[in-house]
Amino acid sequence: MDKEAILKKFKPTLDNILYILHDLQDENPQHYLSKDDIKVCADYLNIPYSYTHSVASFYTMFSMKPRGRNIIRLCDSPPCHLMGSKSLLDYLQRTLKVTTGETTKDGIFTLELTSCLGACGVAPAMMVNNEMFGNLTPEKVDTILDKRRKEL
Amino acid sequence: MNLEELKKIREKAQKDVELRQKGSRIRIVVGMGTSGIAAGARDVLKAFVEEISRRNLNDVIVTQTGERGLASQEPMVEVFEEGKPVVVYGNITVEKAKRLIAEHVVNGNPVSEYAIEVM
Amino acid sequence: MNRVRNHVLISIDAGTIMAGARAVEKALTEEIVRQGLSDEITVLETGSIGATGQGVIIVVYPEGVYYGNVTVQDIPQLVEEHLLKGRLVKRLLLSELPKQHVVTKEKTGLLKEQPRIVLRNSGIIDPENIDEYIAREGYEAIGKAFSLKPEGVIEEIKKSGLIGRGGAGFPTAMKWGFAHNAPGDQKYIICNADEGEPGTFKDRLILEGDPHKLIEGMIIAGYAIGATKGFIYIRGEYSLSIERLEKAIAQARQYELLGDNILESGFSFDLSVMKGAGAYVCGEETALIESLEGKRGHPRLKPPFPAIAGLWHKPTVVNNVETLANIPEIIWRGATWYRGYGTEKCPGTKVYTIIGNVATPGIIEAEMGTTLRDIIYEYAGGIKEGKKFKCALVGGAAGAFLGPDMLDVQMDFANLKEYAAVLGSGAILVMDEDADIVDMLQSVLHFFKHESCGHCVPCRLGTAQLVKVIDRIAASKGIKEDIEKLSNISDVMRDTSFCPLGQSLCLPISSALKYFHDEVYARIPL
Repeated sequence: MDKEAILKKFKPTLDNILYILHDLQDENPQHYLSKDDIKVCADYLNIPYSYTHSVASFYTMFSMKPRGRNIIRLCDSPPCHLMGSKSLLDYLQRTLKVTTGETTKDGIFTLELTSCLGACGVAPAMMVNNEMFGNLTPEKVDTILDKRRKEL
Repeated sequence: MNLEELKKIREKAQKDVELRQKGSRIRIVVGMGTSGIAAGARDVLKAFVEEISRRNLNDVIVTQTGERGLASQEPMVEVFEEGKPVVVYGNITVEKAKRLIAEHVVNGNPVSEYAIEVM
Repeated sequence: MNRVRNHVLISIDAGTIMAGARAVEKALTEEIVRQGLSDEITVLETGSIGATGQGVIIVVYPEGVYYGNVTVQDIPQLVEEHLLKGRLVKRLLLSELPKQHVVTKEKTGLLKEQPRIVLRNSGIIDPENIDEYIAREGYEAIGKAFSLKPEGVIEEIKKSGLIGRGGAGFPTAMKWGFAHNAPGDQKYIICNADEGEPGTFKDRLILEGDPHKLIEGMIIAGYAIGATKGFIYIRGEYSLSIERLEKAIAQARQYELLGDNILESGFSFDLSVMKGAGAYVCGEETALIESLEGKRGHPRLKPPFPAIAGLWHKPTVVNNVETLANIPEIIWRGATWYRGYGTEKCPGTKVYTIIGNVATPGIIEAEMGTTLRDIIYEYAGGIKEGKKFKCALVGGAAGAFLGPDMLDVQMDFANLKEYAAVLGSGAILVMDEDADIVDMLQSVLHFFKHESCGHCVPCRLGTAQLVKVIDRIAASKGIKEDIEKLSNISDVMRDTSFCPLGQSLCLPISSALKYFHDEVYARIPL
């Protein structure tokens, strides 16, 4: 969907800003809000670029830099922490050879941390894009990563 | 819609729920809340559907429900069979789902190792 | 983690009990403990196994070996030979296998009889089918609400004694009354579904499992306060909840349960879903309103309270998901019925998330006033792997650590306050004897540093300083004064922060130091 079509889905009122930003980011092939994304949103809502940027940068789900095809969001809140998310983070960083916030060289994965995902009953948990995974172990993580590597 | 019509819908809905059970010999309900999905419920649901169509089991249906609260037992599956107690299974995997179809659904023997409750 | 190697099923029915099954079961359990096999072998009770006249029957899984006519005297040999050495005890084998055996009935606490009011339909109905909700008396309560005047609805909620389940513990009817009486041509009802408190997912169960109940609650709330428009603000990470709720709203519109002139009452009401984008602070009602208006989610100065000037400065009620899910039940069954549950000051039930080092983590709904001990040991199967209880973080990250002395305290909003604790979101994170309190506190403080919105100085700088101090202590590089510093900074934050995010941090710190001062102190090099 082109940007024009995304904007047209919503009335040009300020309360739609999060929806527009979500959709622009989802449609961006690099899963982030580019300067142009922010600009088209600002123009459509008739608000300053700086204001739009300040809103976008406030919320952790929006990224201001390009990301990989799969965004891994590992929960590091106290419940998952208690159940061993720290060692999973170490494992992910070792396996993917990136630190938190970085994207792998092949552009397949971006590793991020997130606050509680509400899947504490199956902790430790993570999201890959919109999909939730629980009861994680290094072996399970490997299976999940392998499947994503094979997808094109 | 008015109150009368709502009442009619309710009566019809209650009958439908009953009929759905009557029209099919067995109803399999998969818990599809986030905890269930995170533990693999989507694959389990898929496995049931595939196994049922592979074996041409026309009298078995699969439906979904939300999360019951027993996160440590997800994916959870309930098997409803007319005139028999409901069997609740826990920690179901794709492999276990196939076995449930073979043993419980086809041969009528609930698989006790996977059962966590009978209601 | 332990892996159970064998399941031993013992058939308990009228016949086997007469043959002495209970005594055999007792002997079996004791012998397994005596032989040190209790970690690998689980004994389960099962119903009738389908073989009669064979005395006490025992089945060993995974082999599926059936033994019959087992007596107490046979147990030592059976355990030694089969369970320890893996050899069959041929003389006890059942000559003929029963054709069909009945499945196990293991006791799983979370499936135990619970008074389910809020979670009545979760995990029972198909949430994507409005008819299933209607079949269970869904949307009946709006009919009843319309027959009462809006004042009558508020009166009924007042009589029920319902207290908001979001954490602050404010009486719902009072909030509604303010908004109802506030002058204004347009009023709003907002559902706070920005469930971000670490360790909490009770609202998600309702959103995903029974979305129509929330919609019905919002229609009634809207009618009571005179709002024609409602918003459900859901955190962006809850993609399944958003999907299910949007479907549910579309179905309700199709049935004209949302829209103009609902049930020919003359009352019109519609709902929209608003998707958040990842900000814990938006759980605070005024920050949520700011976010809904399309701004950064910074909290507002109160007063004016939202009930007087909220969304776009119109009278607005913000209620939690669990609060609103109580409404249809109260209206439909009446306040008197509702007061049959819970305590005098806090009637009804509470949905708890019980997680961490417990045997069966998950969600339970229990009456207000249930003790922590009951929740952990009766419902969640006790501490995992038979370990000892150390403490529980109750009420979310902004809650308090409670030690063994608090296990038997009746938990409700009013009572916990007297112990300098909070019920908060109802999250209970249980830690066993091996948990490292410094590590947990570090995780809590890092969470707050990340989520501090930056609006006010005490919280923005305070959380950063606290993280510095706790990181130092965790790395065994702290100094004696650091412990005092933790208390001092959080006390100042309590007194000076703009919103509850910064104000409530003193709770986990002071409670952790109350119980585990020595453990933290031990990390300071001499």
